[in-house]
Amino acid sequence: MTVETILFYVFATLAVVSALGMVLNIRNTVASAMSLVVTMVSLGAIYLLLEAYLVAAIQIMVYGGAIVVLFLFVVMLLNLSTDEFPPGRQRFVKFAVVIAGVAILVQVLIALGREPLLAAQPEAVPEGFGGYRQVGISLYTDYVLLVEMASLLLLAAIVGALILAKRKID
Amino acid sequence: MPIEPIVKVLFVFAVMVMGLAPIITWIERKQSAVMQDRIGANRADLGGITILGLLHPAADVIKLFTKEDVVPAGANRVMHLLSPLIAAVPAIIAFAVIPYGGVYQFGDTTLNLVGADIDWGLLYIFAIGSIAAYGTVIAGWASNNNWSMLGGLRASAQMISYEVTMGLTVVGVFMVFETLRLTDMALAQDSIFWLFGVVPLPAWGIIYQPLGFVMFLTAVMAENKRPPFDIPEGESEIIAGYHLEYSGMRFGLFFMSEFIEIIVIAALTATIFLGGWAVPYASTDLIIDAITPWMGVGFATGLCMLIHFSTFMLKVIFMIWVQMLLRWSLPRFRYDQVMSLCWKILLPLSIANIFVTGLVLLWLKG
Repeated sequence: MTVETILFYVFATLAVVSALGMVLNIRNTVASAMSLVVTMVSLGAIYLLLEAYLVAAIQIMVYGGAIVVLFLFVVMLLNLSTDEFPPGRQRFVKFAVVIAGVAILVQVLIALGREPLLAAQPEAVPEGFGGYRQVGISLYTDYVLLVEMASLLLLAAIVGALILAKRKID
Repeated sequence: MPIEPIVKVLFVFAVMVMGLAPIITWIERKQSAVMQDRIGANRADLGGITILGLLHPAADVIKLFTKEDVVPAGANRVMHLLSPLIAAVPAIIAFAVIPYGGVYQFGDTTLNLVGADIDWGLLYIFAIGSIAAYGTVIAGWASNNNWSMLGGLRASAQMISYEVTMGLTVVGVFMVFETLRLTDMALAQDSIFWLFGVVPLPAWGIIYQPLGFVMFLTAVMAENKRPPFDIPEGESEIIAGYHLEYSGMRFGLFFMSEFIEIIVIAALTATIFLGGWAVPYASTDLIIDAITPWMGVGFATGLCMLIHFSTFMLKVIFMIWVQMLLRWSLPRFRYDQVMSLCWKILLPLSIANIFVTGLVLLWLKG
């Protein structure tokens, strides 16, 4: 086994275990959020092993960093306790989550059965593939319309949030 | 077993972390004393020898290690024990991508004075920095103390806000140097920029991006959450904020991580904006060619390497001094002032900076 393979198994196990930790720690929201951070960072490490450096950096920066810090901020600000989720509804949520999980698992298994992993030799990618230069160039040439649409959508979301917050203050 | 990376790691750790960080605590005491017309730390002595108060860092370490280490009764024990580590480790591993010298050719062997020469060096620093925020936030939450909780909340808000701005303030530099690799950035600054074609200036980032330099320094200093941006600590409002319930060496780790971050900030600003290891007006070839007739190529290259490393350390120490100066001369910001500085001043200005830089580059090259 090469070092990469060992590292892959380490981080894959860490990702799965911490993802489980996030779901099972439902009573302790902060611990749950911290498990999510571990999942995100392990995924970032797996991207690194795949030599997708830009994706890895952005995975850790955006998901591991900014978004979960925001979650933590909200969790700590509201200081929610488990009493605020009524038990009946919680049971329904758990049921729905289990059904969704099983459905995804079945889909993955079917997909794996149909197309075995890495059947053919993967194609060699050109030099610098997936680096910030290539991603930047294709974002601002081929996909510029989508980028602009996404930015408009985000702007609309910001304005909407502002209006909602302001109505509550007024 | 590759010997070179291990030597580099040990070197960076010995010089930057174990060597410089304790001395900075002494510099901070002495500089604040001079600025406030006091004598400053000079009491720690070993048989009457004080060495200008340089024994104080050693006294600090002994004190921190021998103090009782208290975990509050209602605290979340695991998180409380873990969070100083989450704060300290990212600060230390950020040194991996900072070049402390150029690339030198000794016969057949090439020596590249950087831990990891990766293409996405600055992104690595930002990714590491975003993880460092958790140390503070979790420390505030795990202590089970309302003041700490407030400190953690403030820290999370401040870190998110300044993280965005910090990224945007250096985009102008990426555009000028057309790279994210820190070694390439330092190499690009090892030349001369002719202002209006007549005035020779060193081609440093600060010459191309003066506004970017000021804004980046502001944003990273706010990320480091020392005064004037110390709202997560806020000694006069929320006692000591997130590290209120910490004692002994675990408090010491928070303390050390702040000081190590000072060095990271100094090294990063020196590399991006102040030319890194480059000596102004004397490029690598010039230095080597000047010394070679006297001593031979091998010795000249070695001497050039030493000159570059000393230049880099001088710039780092200068940037540490600047940060200390700002910390002891500016009054503290209020919480809302820190946030409005970020969102209402720095963010629009940094976007305007990107726009103007883009226009100028288009005009010059397109």
